[in-house]
Amino acid sequence: MADKLRTQQQLEQLQARYVGTGHADTTKFEFVTNIHRDSLASYIGHPPLLSYMAIGLGEPREKVRAMLIEKMVQPAGKPPVGED
Amino acid sequence: MATTSSMFMYALTIQPPSAITQAILGQFAGTKEQQIITASGSLLTIHRPDPQQGKVATILTHDVFGIIRSLAAFRLAGSNKDYVILGSDSGRITILEYVAASNKFNRLHLETFGKTGIRRVIPGQYLTVDPKGRACLIASVEKNKLVYVLNRNAQAELTISSPLEAHKPQTLVYAMTALDVGYENPVFAALEVDYTEVDQDPTGQAFEELEKHLVYYELDLGLNHVVRRWSEPVDRTASILFQVPGGTDGPSGVLVCGVDNITYRHSNQDPFRVAIPRRRGATENPERKRSIICGVMHKMRGAFFFLLQSEDGDLFKVTLDMVEDESGQMTGEVKRLKIKYFDTVPIATSLCILKSGFLFVATETGNHHFYQFEKLGDDDNETEFDSDSFPANSKEPYEPAYFHPRGAENVNLVDSIESMNPIMDCKIANLTEEDAPQIYTVSGTGARSTFRTLRHGLEVNDIVDSDLPSVPSAVWTTKLKREDEYDAYIVLSFSNGTLVLSIGETVEEVTDTGFISSAPTLAVQQLGEDALLQVHPRGIRHIQANGRVNEWPAPQHRTIVAASTNERQVAVALSSGEIVYFELDVDGSLAEYDERREMTGTVTCLSLGEVPEGRVRSQFLAVGCDDSTVRILSLDPDSTLENKSVQALTSAPSALSIMSMIDATSGGSTLYLHIGLYSGVYLRTVLDEVTGELSDTRTRFLGHKPAKLFRVSVMGQPAVLALSSRPWLGYADLQTKAFMLTPLSTVSLEWAWNFTSEQCPEGMVGIHGQSLRILSIDRLDNNLLQHSIPLAHTPRKMLRHPSEALYYIIESDNNVLPSDVRKKLQNGEGLSNGHSDSKAVVNGHKPELSREEFGYPKGDRYWASCIQIVDPIGEKTVIKQIDLENNEAATAIAAVSFASQDDETFLVLATGKDMIVSPRSWSSAYLYVYRFQDDGKDLEFIHKTEIEAPALGLLAFQGRLIVGVGNKLTIYDLGMRQLLRKCQAEAVPNLIVGLQTQGSRIVVSDVQDSVFYVVYKQNDNLLIPFCDDSIPRWTTCSAMVDYETAAGGDKFGNLWLVRCPSKASEEADEDGAAAHLTHERSYLQGAPNRLEQMCHYYAQDIPTSIQKTQLVAGGRDVLFWTGLQGTLGVLVPFVSREDVDFFQSLEQHLRTEDSPLAGRDHLIYRGYYVPVKGVIDGDLCERYMLLPNDKKQSIAGELDREVREIERKITDLRNRVAY
Repeated sequence: MADKLRTQQQLEQLQARYVGTGHADTTKFEFVTNIHRDSLASYIGHPPLLSYMAIGLGEPREKVRAMLIEKMVQPAGKPPVGED
Repeated sequence: MATTSSMFMYALTIQPPSAITQAILGQFAGTKEQQIITASGSLLTIHRPDPQQGKVATILTHDVFGIIRSLAAFRLAGSNKDYVILGSDSGRITILEYVAASNKFNRLHLETFGKTGIRRVIPGQYLTVDPKGRACLIASVEKNKLVYVLNRNAQAELTISSPLEAHKPQTLVYAMTALDVGYENPVFAALEVDYTEVDQDPTGQAFEELEKHLVYYELDLGLNHVVRRWSEPVDRTASILFQVPGGTDGPSGVLVCGVDNITYRHSNQDPFRVAIPRRRGATENPERKRSIICGVMHKMRGAFFFLLQSEDGDLFKVTLDMVEDESGQMTGEVKRLKIKYFDTVPIATSLCILKSGFLFVATETGNHHFYQFEKLGDDDNETEFDSDSFPANSKEPYEPAYFHPRGAENVNLVDSIESMNPIMDCKIANLTEEDAPQIYTVSGTGARSTFRTLRHGLEVNDIVDSDLPSVPSAVWTTKLKREDEYDAYIVLSFSNGTLVLSIGETVEEVTDTGFISSAPTLAVQQLGEDALLQVHPRGIRHIQANGRVNEWPAPQHRTIVAASTNERQVAVALSSGEIVYFELDVDGSLAEYDERREMTGTVTCLSLGEVPEGRVRSQFLAVGCDDSTVRILSLDPDSTLENKSVQALTSAPSALSIMSMIDATSGGSTLYLHIGLYSGVYLRTVLDEVTGELSDTRTRFLGHKPAKLFRVSVMGQPAVLALSSRPWLGYADLQTKAFMLTPLSTVSLEWAWNFTSEQCPEGMVGIHGQSLRILSIDRLDNNLLQHSIPLAHTPRKMLRHPSEALYYIIESDNNVLPSDVRKKLQNGEGLSNGHSDSKAVVNGHKPELSREEFGYPKGDRYWASCIQIVDPIGEKTVIKQIDLENNEAATAIAAVSFASQDDETFLVLATGKDMIVSPRSWSSAYLYVYRFQDDGKDLEFIHKTEIEAPALGLLAFQGRLIVGVGNKLTIYDLGMRQLLRKCQAEAVPNLIVGLQTQGSRIVVSDVQDSVFYVVYKQNDNLLIPFCDDSIPRWTTCSAMVDYETAAGGDKFGNLWLVRCPSKASEEADEDGAAAHLTHERSYLQGAPNRLEQMCHYYAQDIPTSIQKTQLVAGGRDVLFWTGLQGTLGVLVPFVSREDVDFFQSLEQHLRTEDSPLAGRDHLIYRGYYVPVKGVIDGDLCERYMLLPNDKKQSIAGELDREVREIERKITDLRNRVAY
C-alpha cells in the first residue's frame, strides 16, 4: 500500500514538474492540446524553424512568434463539455 | 552496432550561417570600445565596429555546438568589462567572458537547471539581466522562470547563486525584460497569459475574456526570494516589452507594445498610450494596423529615447515627457509619451546603438546593415504624435496617426555585411569555363531578394592598369635606402632592355639611375644602407649612393641564368651550372666567396631567404635544378655552400622562395620553403632553421602554367603570391592562423612584386600581357566572393536553361499587392476591399519609394508573383520578368523535353490561385507551358492546364512531364490545347514536395514522410511505389546520389542518406514485374520494402537544396547542401577505413578535450532527432587547430601521431574537395 502511495506521489511530483505528464484518465482533448503546445513551443524555440515559417507566411519573425504563443492558449479548440 | 556504417561522410561547413538570432552590445574586451556579439545558429561571433572607417570587422567566431537561443550582456557594479550570458539548448546557463589578449571566449560559469533540448518548460527562451548586473532571469515560454543572483567574491571573481524559482504553472510568457530600478531590489517584468480557465471552459467564454497581464517579479535581495509583486491587465495584443530607464535617469517602468499600440506602464504611474503611425500612400490600406517587432532604448547623458521598428521596417522615435514642478525641475512623474517617424531600415531581429554614433541592424533577411547617425530627428518637420490624443485604453475610439515615408534623413548606410539568409535554392554549375565551378544561389525575401554568384577567391582592388610599349617579362620595385618606407622605382625588364620608372605624384621614366637599360634584368635589390643592385645576364651592377657603379662581369662564355638577392647577400647561377655567392662586407662592397659551387644540372631557380632580424645573413640558399631536385645549401661561414638537404620533386622547379610565415602549429613564425613546379604544382615544406632539413611537404595544384612565387605583404603579414594560370595567395587565416591558399579574383599575371607607396601601403605590382597593374588585397577574412543581382520578390525555386547560361527564377510574395493592383491604386482607382485612401491620391505621381528599402505595400490574401530570367554571366542582370496575374503564385518550375514534340524543350510552370499557406487551401491550380524563345531569353506562352492542387514537384521524365499533385503522381504529355494526362497513381500519404529520377525510377519526397521510391512500368503504364522509409522525415530537399541512394534534408535541420535494399531494387526493375509489384503485400501499412538509413546528421540549419557535385578543379564529388540561414556545407565521402577510424578517434578526443562552450554534449547535439550515424563532424575536427599546444600534443600522443601529421590530415581533407 505504501508502495502504491509513493508511486502516486512520485507521479504527482512529475506531473507538477513536467507539464503534460499524463495519467490514467488523460482525455483526448488534454492529450492533443498538450502535444500542440509542445510543438508550438518547439517552433518558437528553434530559430531556423521560426524563420522557415515566417518566410512561408510572409510575416516578420516577431509577429509569427507572437502568433504562435497566442495559438498555445487554445491550440486544439474549446474543451469538450465534461460529464463531471 | 549503431555507430558503424558501410558509408562514412565528413561534414564540413564552407560558409557558416549568416542569419543573426540576436545581437548584443557591450564592452566585452574591458576597454572603452564597444563590440557587438551575435548569435547565428551555433556560432557566437564577436564583431568590432570601426568608427573611423565605418566598417564592422569580425574578431572571433566560436562554434558552441548547440543552439543559441538568447544572449544578454551584463556588467558587475564597478567593473568596466561586460560578460555574456548564453541561453541555449543545453539546459544550462552559461556565463562567458571575452579574453581580448588570447582572442578567446572563456567560460566562467555553467549551471545546469533542466533537461536538454528546446522544450516548452525548460528555460532559455527569454533571458534578461538587471541593468545593474545584480541578477538575471531565464525563462521558458510556459511556466518556468529562474532567477540567478550574480555577485562577486573577495577575489573579485564573478559568482552565481543557486537558482530561485518564480514558476507559475499554466501561464504563457510573451515577453520579458528587466526593470531599471536603480539600486532597489531587482524587478523583472513579464507579459503573461494564464490559460487555466480556458482549458476548463467548454463555452469558449473564458477564451474570449482572457486577459493579458503585465507582471512584476521582484527579487528580494535581503530575503533571497522572488515574489510576484504587481500584476495589471494590458492590451490583449501586446507582445513585446522595452525597459524604460529608472533611478536617476528616468521614471522606470516598461513600454508595452502590441497591435497599433505603444503604452507606457509602471506600477506607480498612469498608463500613457500612443498609436503606431501608419503609412500614408496611394497603395497603403489606411485601416491596416501595425505592430512593433523590434526596438532599442538608448541612454545619453541625462536623456533617453527609443527607436521602435514596425513590421514595415519603419523606425519610430519614442520619447517620454516628464511633469515639471513649479521651479521647472523634472519630477519623477510621466506627463506624456511622444512618437514620430524616424527613418526606414530593413526589418531587424536586433538593433544596437553604439556610443560612437552608429546603428547596427541585424536584419531578419538579407545583408546586415551598419548605419551612421547623421542626426537624431530632433529638429525636422515630422509630425509628432503624443499620448494626449490617444486614450489609454486601446478599445476606446481614436483617430489613427499617419505619416509619409521618405528617404533616410537621420541615418546613413556606411557598411553592409553580406548575408545570404535565407538561401531558398542553389545550383552549382561551371558557366564561365573556369577551373572550378561557381555556386549560384537565390536568397532573401521580398524586394531585398538577390541572385548571387559565389566563387572561391579573394577580393582584389585594381588601383592602376596602364599599357606599356611592349610586353615586359618581369617587374620589380625597389626603395633607395634601407630606411625608406616606400618604393622609389619600378623596374621593368623586357626581352632586350630594362626600363626604370620612378614612383611619385606621377609615374615617369628615369634614366640616370645607374641601371643598365640595354639588357634585360634578372634581379633588382636595395643593398646595404643605400646602394642598389641590378643583376643582368652579363653581370652584376652594384650602384652606390654617390652614383659610382661597381660591375662584376660574368665569366667569359657564360651568362647568369638565375639570381636571388636579399639586402646583404647575392647568389647567382651561371649557365655552366656554377653558383657564385656574394656577401656584403663591412665597407659596403660586395665580396665574392672564393669558391664556386658546381651543380649537377642546370639551375632553374634560386632563393635566399630574408635576413632574419638581428642576423647578418640568411642561413640557407635553396637551389632548384632541372633534374627535378631542390637542394638546400648552407651559407654559414664555416660551411659555405655545403649541402644540407635535398628534396626530389615530380617536375623541375620553376620558382623557389624561402620565407618565414605565421604558423598555427608552432604558434609563432616558421621558416618555409615554397616551391613552384613547371607542372603548375605548388609545394610548401617546413625548413628547419638549424639543420636545414625539409619536412612536412604539402602539395596543391594551381593551374596548367609553371608556378612562380613572390613574397608580398598583405594586411601586415608576409604572404606568398603564387602565379600559374591564375594567381593565388598563400597566407595565414586571421583567426585560426592556418595556412590558406586562395585564388585571387583578377586576371592572370605573368609576374608580380611587392609594391609600397604612400597611396598604397600594401600593394602588388603585376604584369598581365602588355599592361602593368597595381593591385591590393584589403580583406583576407572572406574567401568566397559574392556578386548580387537584385530580384523582385522572394525567390522560391530556380531552374537552369538546359543549354544556355540562364536561370529562371520563380518568385512569390504572400500578402503583398501585385504590380497591376499597385498601378491601379496609384492611378486612383479604388479597390473593393478597403484599399482606397482617397486623401492620399493627389494628382497621382509622387516618386515611388525604393522597394528595396521600404518593401512592398501589403494586402491581405494577395500574391505578387513572377518569373524572372537572370543572365549571371553576360549582362549580369535580370533580362526579363513575367508577372503572374489573377492572384496566382508560382510553386514549381521545370524544363521538359517532350518526346511527342521532337524532343523540343518547354518550360513548365505550376501555379496556385488564392493560396492560403496555413491551413493549406487554394481556389484553383494550373500548369503553364512556355516555349523558349531567342535562346531562352524570352518565353512564349503556349497554354495552361487546370489541375486539382498546386504542384510542388515537377520533373521531366522519359520525354514527358511528371507532376506531383497533392499526394498523387501524374504523367502528362503535351497536347495542342492543354497537357494530357497519361497516368496517375497515389504515391505518398500526404503531399509531394519534390521529385528526382534516374532511369524509370522516381524518388518522391513527401512533406512529412521522407522519400518514396516509385517505379514506372512502361508496358503497363503504371506507377508503383515499392520502397519507403521507417522514419518520418519532413523533407525539404532531396537528391539521388546513385541509383539506390537518396540524400536529403528535413525541416528540423537534419541531413540524411537512405538506400534501397539491393534485392528490392532489382526486383522493381525486373521485366514485366508490374503485376508482381502491385500485388506484393504491403509491410506495416506502407510499401512492401523499407529504405535503409545510411547516414544521419543534425546540421541545425534547415537544408534547402542538396546536390552531388564537384567544388574544386580535380576534386572528388561531394554532397553540397545549402541551409536556410545561409549555411553552405558539404558531406565528403571517406575512401578508406583507416581515415574513418582516425577521424572517429580524433572526434572522440576533441569532444572531451574541447567540450562545447555552452555545455551541450556534442554527440547528443549532432544526434538531436536521430542518433548521428555514419557522419564525422569536420567542424569539430577543425577545432583541433585552435587548441593550445599542450592539448594538441596530448591528443597527438593518444592517437600515436605527430601534431603536424594530424593537422595535415585535417587540412588535406578540406583542401582536396572544398575551399
